[in-house]
Order: sequence, then C-alpha cells, then structure tokens
Amino acid sequence: MTSIDDLKSRVNKIEQGGQEKYHEKNKEKGKLFVRKRLALLFDNGIDIEDAFFANCIDDSLPSDGVVTGIGEINGQKVCVMANDSTVKAGSWGKRTVEKILRIQETADKLELPMIYLVDSAGARITDQIEMFPGRRGAGRIFHNQIKLSGRVPQICLLFGPSAAGGAYIPAFCDIVVMVDGNASMYLGSPRMAEKVIGEKVTLEEMGGARMHTAVSGVGDVLVKTEEEAIQYAKRYLRYFPANFRSRPSLADGREVKPFEKSISEIIPENQNAAFNMYDLIDRIIDEDSFCEIKKKFAAELITGLALIDGRSIGIIANQPRVKGGVLFTDSADKAAKFIQLCDAFNIPLLFLTDVPGFMIGTKVEREGIIRHGAKMLSSMSEATVPKISVIVRKAYGAGLYAMAGPAFDPDCVLAFPNAQIAVMGPEAAINAVHANKIAALPEEERAAYIKEKQDEYRREIDIYRLASEMVVDAIINPDDLRKELITRFAIYEDRNIIFTERKHGVYPV
Amino acid sequence: MADVRASMAGNVWKINVKPGDVVDEGQDVVILESMKMEIPIVAEDNGTVKEVKVAEGDFVNEGDIIAVIE
Repeated sequence: MTSIDDLKSRVNKIEQGGQEKYHEKNKEKGKLFVRKRLALLFDNGIDIEDAFFANCIDDSLPSDGVVTGIGEINGQKVCVMANDSTVKAGSWGKRTVEKILRIQETADKLELPMIYLVDSAGARITDQIEMFPGRRGAGRIFHNQIKLSGRVPQICLLFGPSAAGGAYIPAFCDIVVMVDGNASMYLGSPRMAEKVIGEKVTLEEMGGARMHTAVSGVGDVLVKTEEEAIQYAKRYLRYFPANFRSRPSLADGREVKPFEKSISEIIPENQNAAFNMYDLIDRIIDEDSFCEIKKKFAAELITGLALIDGRSIGIIANQPRVKGGVLFTDSADKAAKFIQLCDAFNIPLLFLTDVPGFMIGTKVEREGIIRHGAKMLSSMSEATVPKISVIVRKAYGAGLYAMAGPAFDPDCVLAFPNAQIAVMGPEAAINAVHANKIAALPEEERAAYIKEKQDEYRREIDIYRLASEMVVDAIINPDDLRKELITRFAIYEDRNIIFTERKHGVYPV
Repeated sequence: MADVRASMAGNVWKINVKPGDVVDEGQDVVILESMKMEIPIVAEDNGTVKEVKVAEGDFVNEGDIIAVIE
C-alpha cells in the first residue's frame, strides 16, 4: 500500500464514525449521523476540518467523538463543533475537549458565529483527570463560551442528551433548539436522582424538550425533527450579523400579509378585554418574517425577530390573550435575555405595550418578582440600539417602565389614540384612593359615585393630555404604524451612544 | 382526560361551557378576572366537558383545576 492509499483508507475509516450498531440505534430514534447533520447545515459542506485525526491511534475513537471545523451558512462563514454519538455516546475525552476549545478560540479570533451541535453523554469518567479539572479541561469550554457571549452569535442545536456539566453548553448559548423526544438537559440523570435524593421521575419529565421549552425556559425552541432544527438555525442566523462589530444586513423588503381587518378594527376599545397581540404583529412586519423565540415559555410576553421592510428588528410585545399580558418573573427573565441578545448584535428593538403591570400577590413576591422585574429594566435600560416604544392600549405602573417607557431613553414613544398611561388603571385607582369614601356611602349610591370618579380619572390620564405634556412623542393612527416604524427605524439606524463608563454594572439577578 | 387549570390567580368571571359540551383546542372554557383584566382560560385539547369545578365568582389560585375535559 502506498502512503497515499494508506491515508485514503484511514480517512475513509474515520469518516464512518463509530460502530454500525450505534448508527442503527440512532436511526431508530430519528437521529442523523453527525456528518449528515453538517451536510444539511452548511451551504456547500464543511470547508475546513481540523484534528480529524484526533486519537487516531485508537481505532475505537474516530476523531475522538467530535467534528470541529468551518463552513458557510447563508454565505456566512461559521465555526461548528458537532458531537458524534456513535463514538462512545458522544462522550468527552481529553482530545474531544481540546478540539472544542480550539474551534471556540478560532471563532473568537476570526469573530465568526459559533454553533454547537450537541448529542453527548458527558464526560468519559475513565479520562477524568485529563479532561475534567485542569486548565484545558472541560470548564474551559464554558469559560470560552462566556467570553464569546455577545461577541459572536452562539447557537446550540440539541439532538440528544446534554448531561451534567455538558448541560452548561446550551445554558451559555444565545439560543437552544431542542428536538422533541430526543433532546434533554439535566445535571443528574433520573437514575442518579433516585439514588441520591430518592426521586422517581422519567427523563422526559425531568429534562425533556417539552419541559425545558415550556417550564424551565432553559430551551428556547421546540422542533419535531433534526432537519427542522437545522432549518431553524439557518433562518435565525439571517437576522444576525457575523459579530458585534457589524449590523445585520438588509434583506429584500416584503409587503405585509394582507388581512381583511385593519389594525384599528382589531383592537378592542375596552382596555380589559383580551386581545391577540399576534394579530397586530402580523399587520406590521414583512409577511412570514416572524422568527419567534421562547414561544411556549411565559407566553404572556412575546419575543421574536422579524423583518420590517427588510430590516431586522427584535419585538417585545405583551400578550393580553395570555394571563392578561401581566408581567411575571418568567416573562421578565425572558425579556431580559432577548433584549441583551438584540442589543449585543445591533438589532433595533420594538416594544408593543399593552400591560396592566407586574403581577402582585404572595406567590410572586416570594418568587422575587421585584428582582426579576429589575433584570428586565436593567437590560432594557442599557440597550443602546434604536428603541421604539408603542403604547397600543394600556401601560400601567412599572409595566410602562419595563416596556421602554419615556424615562429609559427610547428614540420615541408612540401612542394609539385609545392608549392609557397611568400608575394604575381607573378601576384599581378609584378603589385605592376613595376606598373609605366608597365604604361610607349608602349601597345604592356607590356605583354612580365610582363611575363618576373613574370618568374623572380617565380624563386625567387622557392620552392627549400626556401628548400635551410631551410624555408621548406622537399619537398615531394605528393603521399607519408600519409606515411610521419603517421611517423611524431608518432614521434611528445611526444612533451611536455609549451607555456609561464603568467596568460593568452590578446586576440584579 | 385533560384538566383545564387556572393560569393565574383571580376570580371566575364567566363560565362558557357546561358538562357535555364539545370543545376544541384553544376554545375559551372560562374567563377569569384578575389584575382588572379578562383572562381567557382555554382548552388544551379537543374533547367533551366532563365536569366544571368552579362557579362564577369563585376565587381560584394558579394551577387550580377549573374543568375536566375528556
């Protein structure tokens, strides 16, 4: 055999991954081979792959169970690490970890997005001294991720387990896409939970894709198949620049989807009636351009990327249809991370406000709603990208502040003609201020008195009065909102501000 | 069989179904009143209402069962 033939035969062998039986097992679960995943992800296959021969002296560990390299998505170079679960269940040895570290460091040097295709059982316990505790041990992966955060987009596609320490890879990514039925994240497996704390629970209940995308919020997007996960990642990246230094590129603008009813026809006059905020979003963005994040988690607040005349924007919108659009601990956290994501990559923000305030009561106070709400306010306040705040119906209490109210340096606050801005709504305010008086009145006089006071209160907080005081910058016809936003986002594009000078804030977490 | 649960604490303002009614996924089963807002509570699956566990005016806590659908 010539040396060239020898090389070819070695390459061929390594490219096959682990033993056939593991390929079969994966196939049964609807899981694709790592190289097939990469072929679907990249426009034209992997351009460069380093440490392909990692651990090649051991026949049983081709590429040491991970593929790392660079390829193109939508014409943009990106760095990738992808576990091979046919090789010792995708577990990490010393060289696996070193390969991951090197591709992260490449992403850092070249300022390219970093994508993690995760399908790994975690550390190889047999190799722990070499791969766990040291300077170039697995901890360094997370250190690198934290350093990369906000410099380049980091995406995690979770195809299988992400166990114990490994579960921190998704945690430090901007976004985690989970494949229903196969993806999971957990610090201790169900077996360990039973042994150590006596809990009997299934993997799906404790760390499955549905749980994490709806309850814990550690996952962001639930998909049915691996192909769908890969398509989502490709679509998501279109809204982003390669790194924090640049802006998202302008796409070709599309018309808004046609609807029978206009915006002014769909918004209920009654502030307290439920209303579906998606109906408004669909009427202002380019058709089919909404890329939602955390759809199932804290649904009382909607977060997602969209195009408006081809411009990438981030939308934060209260959803009155769910929990009245009231802000809770989870919705505040959801907003905080989404705002940080958009601000890091120069994506302007649109706040669509219809909020009765933050939730009150014992339950949320015990959960620390004040500190969670403070997180949302911090992120929103610090964001230096263009910010437009639209008061759709009501903006009560700290809800006004959290949704980029006038004091938080938005480029403008626009209001619809029926908008109400106040410390609290008329019903609550009159009860609070006139409680004693109401109680003292004879029963039959109360309703009339309350109504009179509420009407008085409504006049007090009339939106034209607030416009007169220049609290809002403009009152607009709801049907002109899209046009207004297109013009304003184009004008605010060059907003160039530095929030303040310091090392970093002390964040309320 | 699926429980319809209160998404947040509040008062039962309006009950839209009675036992025996056929409901579709996403249909409003009950409307709560909380934080001065109307809060629709929807069926998460298609089915028939087996039982309504609350009356108009009742206070419910987050997670309380409002109705049972099968």
